[in-house]
Amino acid sequence: MSWLDTVVQGVLLGGLYALFAAGLSLVFGIMRLVNLAHGDLIVLAAYLILVLVTALGLNPFVAALVAMPIMFAAGWALQRLVLNRTLGDDILPPLLVTFGLSIVIQNALLEGFSADSRRIYAGGIETASLAIGPVNVGVMPLLTLASAVLAIVALNQLFYRTSLGRAFRATSDDPVTAGLMGIRPNRIFAQATGVAMVVVTIAALYLGTRANFDPATGPSRLIYAFEAVIIGGLGSLWGTLAGGIIIGVAQTVGAAVNPEWQILAGHVAFLAVLLARPRGLFPRAVD
Amino acid sequence: MISRRRFLKTAAATSVLAGTSGLAMPAIAQGKMIKLGYVSPQTGPLAAFAEADKFVIDGFNQAVKSMGLAYEVVVKDSQSNPNRAAEVAKELIVQDEVHLVMVASTPETTNPVSTTCEAEQVPCLSSVAPWQPWFIGQQGNPGDPASWKPFDYAYHFFWGLEDVIAVYTNMWGQLETNRSVAGLFPNDGDGNAWGDKAVGFPPVLDKLGYKLTDPGRYQNLTDDFSAQINAFKQANADIVTGVMIPPDFTTFWNQAKQQGFKPKIASIGKALLFPSTIETVGDAGHNLSSEVWWTPSHPFKSSLTGQSAAEVAAAFTQATGKPWTQPIGFVHALFEVAVDAMKRVGDPSDADAVAEALGKTKLDTLVGPLAWGSDQLPPFAQKNIAKTPLVGGQWRRKDGGGYDLVIVDNKTAPSIPTGGKMELIA
Repeated sequence: MSWLDTVVQGVLLGGLYALFAAGLSLVFGIMRLVNLAHGDLIVLAAYLILVLVTALGLNPFVAALVAMPIMFAAGWALQRLVLNRTLGDDILPPLLVTFGLSIVIQNALLEGFSADSRRIYAGGIETASLAIGPVNVGVMPLLTLASAVLAIVALNQLFYRTSLGRAFRATSDDPVTAGLMGIRPNRIFAQATGVAMVVVTIAALYLGTRANFDPATGPSRLIYAFEAVIIGGLGSLWGTLAGGIIIGVAQTVGAAVNPEWQILAGHVAFLAVLLARPRGLFPRAVD
Repeated sequence: MISRRRFLKTAAATSVLAGTSGLAMPAIAQGKMIKLGYVSPQTGPLAAFAEADKFVIDGFNQAVKSMGLAYEVVVKDSQSNPNRAAEVAKELIVQDEVHLVMVASTPETTNPVSTTCEAEQVPCLSSVAPWQPWFIGQQGNPGDPASWKPFDYAYHFFWGLEDVIAVYTNMWGQLETNRSVAGLFPNDGDGNAWGDKAVGFPPVLDKLGYKLTDPGRYQNLTDDFSAQINAFKQANADIVTGVMIPPDFTTFWNQAKQQGFKPKIASIGKALLFPSTIETVGDAGHNLSSEVWWTPSHPFKSSLTGQSAAEVAAAFTQATGKPWTQPIGFVHALFEVAVDAMKRVGDPSDADAVAEALGKTKLDTLVGPLAWGSDQLPPFAQKNIAKTPLVGGQWRRKDGGGYDLVIVDNKTAPSIPTGGKMELIA
């Protein structure tokens, strides 16, 4: 029974990691851009939701809906004005620029919100739980996992059922040929980053209600997101979900043996997958 | 040619000259400008500790000006990074040529700075880190007590692990429980010390008849505590204790409620220090308990300004619009000790004389009476460490929202008044 509980908690935790990773996976898959500021953008979105909740008295879920278009615009502008200029044959400039962006966001948040640790208070739903058979499942973790699955279903629909998705895939495969067909890669990239920021906002909602955050929280969230993307395989969104769940389950199982092994077990699972499948479990993109 | 560097130097020298000539004050006590360096984590994850720095330093500058003393404070930011802390300490010593380095907040800041000062033979005054991690953490071989040596230039004041253990067990003793204790100790400097089988909680709890369930050291910023919660439920623990960072405590506390684990007492170090953190727990923060180093109700006065603890806290709230925090008193006391020691030396640039004066300090400060060389400490630590009083407190929800920290146990320091009795978590 205890093992069942451990695995269930791990799967739920995996939902959170998959949400952290989905936006990164999208950007990484389409334009091979490693966004080192991804964790800080999640924290930025969490502060945006917090401001909406405290200033307008909105429910956090409504506030997240309001924040989504704002973050979409911010992502679009960020890509259009900054990141597009760094893309090219050299992989170093985008790395350096997003690394710098990470520092800028952290310090701007520190100036604006001070170092106090904050949380988005969702009115008691955080501590609620459902008894499913022998296992107590928290309502919030369940919502997190459901949102992760929904976000990935929605992104897949966007990718494979719409013309925008076709443009995404075409640009990802071969930007030059896509350009010959009348697609402007820069515009496509800006829209992709905007969509990624919408997913970031969902991740921020669950990060901010689950635990405290402060301006320096971002980077520690980045590593799990990266691992989930790599385990899943480049360009595969379902793979990213699987990657998140693998890390989550590895962590809770590791912790059940000994809490010292919790974080380590997640990293070991990541390395084990890399050893067996160097390109991840479900690689889609071809490099 | 005037190089950039040379230009800066000349400009700086001229401005210093202009500054001093402008200060045409008759009979300045020592005649000479005393330079103090101060290092604290103003940015990064530890920044909450340094929130009151600007307020305290502004107040200090005003106080010394009105007393006719010539002091200059050079402030440096450690960015919550031990390597950076050591680097800025070196800058203070080599470039700014300060007469005394002061440092505050967590072993990650105090230790690198104290070690640098000791190596450079510059006096250093440190606070806001329990004395064991500060003293033992700087020794060449922390595992071998026989090899531990006192320092010549580094001095420290704060409480120790033995105090926090006494405070917690006194608080628990006020209430009827099944004496089953759940321990949450992370794998960091504090967690390893608290959970240590020789100097930490385990031996004392054993002696007092408590049963400790310690599943093992976890990593900070863990997202899941289900393994620990399962172990605590099986042990039927009534009491939870540990030294956690704020995000981990919130994760744990929410998950414990989801999983139906409801302890009667939760005494947590570090996470529950700041009012801003307790407010993030929402209604579930009522009656959580913690160690208390300083509150506005502490019956102490500043030797510098004559203000009481309550007056200093009120001035902070007025200046910043924020509730008071515990580091205010200690950062203020650092400056009190600095001024007191400098009064007793003829030449502030004589490092040995300043260090000696620090070690001989006997001063009633905003955080209580300070004296180095106390016999309450083990012999190896007596020279460099002065202890401050520690009591236990509980956070109580106020009617109009927000929380009050109420002192509920003062057996360890009877001079500090209590504001109520220990209560169970409803």
